[in-house]
Amino acid sequence: MPEQQTKAKFRWHIVVFLAPAVMVYTAVMIYPLFNTLRLSLFTEVDQSRVFVGLENFRTLFGNTLWSTQFWNALGNNFWFFLVHMLVQNPIGVALAAILSHPKLRFAGFYRSAIFIPTILSFVIVGFAWKLILSPIWGIAPGLLDAVGLKSLYAPWLGKEAYALTTLSLVSVWQFVGIPMMLIYAALLSIPDEILEAAEVDGVTGFAAFWKIKLPLILPSIGIISILTFVANFNAFDLIYAAQGALAGPDFSTDILGTFMYRTFFGFQLQLGDPHMGSTIASAMFAIILIGVCLYLFGIQSRMRRYQF
Amino acid sequence: MRKTTVIATMLASTILAGTATAEDVTLTIESWRNDDLAIWQNDIIPAFEAAHPGIKLKFTPSAPAEYNAVLNSKLDAGSAGDIITCRPFDASQALYEAGHLAEISDLDGMANFSPVAKSGWSTDDATVQYCVPMASVIHGFIYNKEAFAEVGVEVPETEAEFFAVLEKIKEDGNYIPMAMGTNDQWEAATMGYNNIGPNYWKGEEGRLALIAGEQKLTDEAWIAPYRQLAKWAPYLGDGYEAQTYPDSQNIFTLGRAAIYPAGSWEVSGFNGLADFEMGAFYPPVQKAGDTCYISDHTDIGIGMNAATPNAEAAKTFLNWVASSEFSTIFANALPGFFPLSSAPVTVEDPLAEEFISWRGECESSIRSTYQILSRGTPNLENDTWNASVAVLKGEETPQAAGQRLQEGLASWYAPQQ
Repeated sequence: MPEQQTKAKFRWHIVVFLAPAVMVYTAVMIYPLFNTLRLSLFTEVDQSRVFVGLENFRTLFGNTLWSTQFWNALGNNFWFFLVHMLVQNPIGVALAAILSHPKLRFAGFYRSAIFIPTILSFVIVGFAWKLILSPIWGIAPGLLDAVGLKSLYAPWLGKEAYALTTLSLVSVWQFVGIPMMLIYAALLSIPDEILEAAEVDGVTGFAAFWKIKLPLILPSIGIISILTFVANFNAFDLIYAAQGALAGPDFSTDILGTFMYRTFFGFQLQLGDPHMGSTIASAMFAIILIGVCLYLFGIQSRMRRYQF
Repeated sequence: MRKTTVIATMLASTILAGTATAEDVTLTIESWRNDDLAIWQNDIIPAFEAAHPGIKLKFTPSAPAEYNAVLNSKLDAGSAGDIITCRPFDASQALYEAGHLAEISDLDGMANFSPVAKSGWSTDDATVQYCVPMASVIHGFIYNKEAFAEVGVEVPETEAEFFAVLEKIKEDGNYIPMAMGTNDQWEAATMGYNNIGPNYWKGEEGRLALIAGEQKLTDEAWIAPYRQLAKWAPYLGDGYEAQTYPDSQNIFTLGRAAIYPAGSWEVSGFNGLADFEMGAFYPPVQKAGDTCYISDHTDIGIGMNAATPNAEAAKTFLNWVASSEFSTIFANALPGFFPLSSAPVTVEDPLAEEFISWRGECESSIRSTYQILSRGTPNLENDTWNASVAVLKGEETPQAAGQRLQEGLASWYAPQQ
């Protein structure tokens, strides 16, 4: 047996080709992430940085001033997520199912029209909806009045009971195109043979959707759920654009992102505190990490895959 | 090859340009007032350069929301300008303590300012001054004169008259009595609580007593403004809960509302937008004959980068800012921002003139939450926004709001414990 074969040559080209991506990713993602985690273990005393271990986390969870804000933000975040899961994803699946119907006309137009809000900037969406819902200039009161439902109108964004749900629905409106597109792609990849075989067995229409298509697109729905989870727990822009950093009224729309922003960068007279801000960012990171792990090990690994 | 030539030419031209102006000192001014760029370039800089040959000025503003962050990183990197526009209180004090702002207590022009004016930019014990007070904003109410004439009401002087006026405008039905919303929160605190408050806590007297720990936010003087605020809600127009600050500005300048709780910074904007005659009145006092107190809030200061190589030129400039020449140019170029110097200044804009005339009639104070009291967590200013909105909407009683703020303040501020 010749020596050369066992001692394979080190394949330098792999390193060379990976290097740019790894370096860029390290510089803009990995290093900042670990530096944020590191920063959360420090605090500032008299203009100098001091290591305090987990003291910041104790303040965040132990001091009622901080913990009430944190739990409020986390609770709001869960509600934000729940609205997306219960409204955005089912509507996305339904739209995809309708769009993939072979007899639907103008499918391309509907697809683009529903997807376009997704590419709009948060600032535009936040501002446009604020105007639409405005009690003064908005078209919402007028439209409701025209159908005789004026009594249902309320200045939703200004009411504690409705503001968060309203903003969640605005976000759903903006992003419903994403689950729709992913599910649409998954539905298109189901081979016709399976559907035809089902048809021969007498499974058509709604039954075909529930019994054949839905089980086949479950992995996609799983991926969408986890994407929604990560996006929602990182959300910040829409709330900031619509309600500002104080996430009014009375913090009823405060989510982890706005809480972190306010703490890290400061707001009005409140000076920024990068250390407590990093602590909140680390907590957010932990929450998202736990959520993703639960999904990966609890759900993803058990999901059955069908080979066509 | 071509590229190197271009770069070489550019480098050469930079060096040449550098030597050409070497005799002149150029002072770069950092500021967040990018709205004022034209005023600086057309009025202020030519006036200064004409009087001080050899010193050139360059005004380099950044966006207001980014200013603090941009300035901090520039200062840390050593690339900040010679002159630094100062936010009032803690933001600038932090810069002074970090050694970025130079002490200028012994500047000759400093004699032109009252202690209240200087309080925005001096250490807590008022021994060290690090910025020259440049401008303040005065709070009060702007009203639509035509609406008042139409409804047949006079400018109110006392609280009772104020509510009678509001009631009458509401009955008349043609105008929204008062244009203010709670969506953005700060108006309720800044144009609400801190606007009407000084009349109750007697301006500086109450403000300083609160800082010293002699009064509490649960005292009558600090709760009473909330009680008045709670009575505003019925006069604010439908859906005020979701009404934003620009909404309120538009409602008033379109002539749909009669009264606008204001800061004087609105003057120049409103002059351009409203096609009706406007007047202003100061916050109504409790009983006829009471002394009136106004919030004459220190807003803009100007200081010197401690690391500047042109310290002498910078001092010359700061002295000029403290003079009445600068004050007059500034006050007339920017009606609504009032110079803080005690030197006499004439303001030509009638609405701005009305605001500044109150200085003679009433006692001046600044916003109660700005000095020292918003240094800790929870932040008293942010809490005051929240409490003012909650009280206005009737979600919290004035008593409970005062109690909550007091507990928050006492949790970190020793004199209140």
